[in-house]
Amino acid sequence: MIQIEKLRKVYRSGDRTVTAVDDVDLTVREGEVFGVLGRSGAGKSTLLRCVNLLERPDSGRVLVDGRDLLALKGGALREARRGIGMIHQHFGLLSSRTVAGNVAFPLEVMGVPRAERAGRVAELLELVGLTEHAGAYPAQISGGQKQRVGIARALAGRPKVLLSDEATSALDPETTASILELLRDLNRRLGLTVLLITHEMEVVKRICDSAAVMRAGRFVESGPVQRLLMEPGSELARGLFPLPEPDVRPGTTVVDVTFEGDSADRPFVSSLARTYAIDVNILGGAVEQIGDTRIGRLRVELPGDPELNAAQLAHLRESGLTVEVHGTSLEGAR
Amino acid sequence: MTWAEIWPLLRQATVETLYMAGVSAALTAAFGLLVGVLLVLTDRRGLLPQPLLNKVLGLVVNIGRSLPFLILMVAIIPFTKLVTGGVSIGTTPFLVPLTIGGIPFYARLVEIALREVEPGVVAAATAMGATRREIVTKVLLREARPGLVSGLSVTVIALIGYTAMAGALGGGGLGYLAISHGYERFEGRVMLATVLLLIVIVLAVQAVGDLVARRLSHK
Ligand SMILES: Nc1ncnc2c1ncn2[C@@H]1O[C@H](COP(=O)(O)OP(=O)(O)OP(=O)(O)O)[C@@H](O)[C@H]1O
Ligand SMILES: [Mg+2]
Repeated sequence: MIQIEKLRKVYRSGDRTVTAVDDVDLTVREGEVFGVLGRSGAGKSTLLRCVNLLERPDSGRVLVDGRDLLALKGGALREARRGIGMIHQHFGLLSSRTVAGNVAFPLEVMGVPRAERAGRVAELLELVGLTEHAGAYPAQISGGQKQRVGIARALAGRPKVLLSDEATSALDPETTASILELLRDLNRRLGLTVLLITHEMEVVKRICDSAAVMRAGRFVESGPVQRLLMEPGSELARGLFPLPEPDVRPGTTVVDVTFEGDSADRPFVSSLARTYAIDVNILGGAVEQIGDTRIGRLRVELPGDPELNAAQLAHLRESGLTVEVHGTSLEGAR
Repeated sequence: MTWAEIWPLLRQATVETLYMAGVSAALTAAFGLLVGVLLVLTDRRGLLPQPLLNKVLGLVVNIGRSLPFLILMVAIIPFTKLVTGGVSIGTTPFLVPLTIGGIPFYARLVEIALREVEPGVVAAATAMGATRREIVTKVLLREARPGLVSGLSVTVIALIGYTAMAGALGGGGLGYLAISHGYERFEGRVMLATVLLLIVIVLAVQAVGDLVARRLSHK
């Protein structure tokens, strides 16, 4: 639905240049929620703004619903933009218009006749649960409600694609949850494809099917969330299951074990202890519900250097677990 | 002079002042708005970037604003005569310097008001596929209305001050009355009355401006 190839955007100011987006490839499949996770300044907003050409990339291709946006100009580009909804961190609502007026705005822009607008506005407000606040001004409603107005407005043109720039960053955790719920619901009910950017792990965990981690303008990893979490060394996994830098005592092996679905229910710790008659120390870990599977990560300590634990590690791997071994004092920290 | 003699003078002077300030305010509002919008649009990061035009326009506006009105008024007498066909005294010809003095003043205030509009709103409208015209009329001008109105009341008050100066050069109005009767003929009551009237007019303009701006603002 969204396909980005070799996208590059460089900002130049004087003799300083910032490569905000550096050779990014991205494919968002129809009906999926794709999250781009990254720290401040990673280039997330720039990437997103290149999708509807609020920002013109220096090179690369942007295809939305099969259309090459960079080939479009003037009216054709505006037309294409109408098929791409966008929601913004700071809402971007017209303070001089009521909630209903804000939702009607894109309809005016699209040339929907006045008579049809009211009905469509009512429908959209219903969809986001704001019917009672139709006559309120943005200054009179809460942040969560403002973002609902933003969502209703973004859906006015019945877009197939929704872009979301930190839609929940200005909201408290509870409101964030309700907005994410709404987005998930719209994604399912309307078959809406969502590309969202965020710096909150929570957002990816709650609603994303696929995700990418962005750093300094590049994707450092990208793919279905569950697969990424099972990959050794995944930043996403490290972010979702934060464990401190391992402190490996001499003569022990510290292992991070990531498990999914079935294996989450299998007591691998006790099976390991029983099979090899060793003491397994649990140092930390967590289990999270991701989509419809449970994924967990556990840090355990085995007695003896890694070389002595080859059989044990193989046992874990054979059980379908992802295993990351941390160095010992002999090898030096990884 | 008796009050009976003073009244008609005051009444006529007030009408002249209101006429000069009112007409020049209307012209200033229209052209100032245009120039202010152009300043914002042609900015390097504006909707219609034209750096050269922007520089020139900005320079002209700055020159216009840095010139004391009294000097401007005298300096453009030839231009005024050109516009009015040779006449340079009386109320109507003074509309020319008043308007020319008012435009850059208001244009800057318009520019400031438009820049106050949250950039995110413009981005949102662009993302919706709005045209530049729609963004100017339905987003920028509309969102900036409270600022545009308070800017206009400040401008009108400045214009009322200018009319008093115009009076000194034979433009008529309260300023002229204050000088010709209050000052030169030592009519204390005329002086006092003109001062009071000017204060009342200025306060009224400010009050109306504030009220309208508040009504328009939903922030
Ligand atoms: N208009 C601009 N001019 C110059 N540099 C810019 C511009 N916009 C962004 N940048 C730079 O590009 C880089 C990426 O910015 P971007 O806004 O895309 O980051 P982000 O990941 O969205 O960050 P945040 O989470 O803070 O919103 C930053 O270094 C930023 O300073
Ligand atoms: Mg950003």
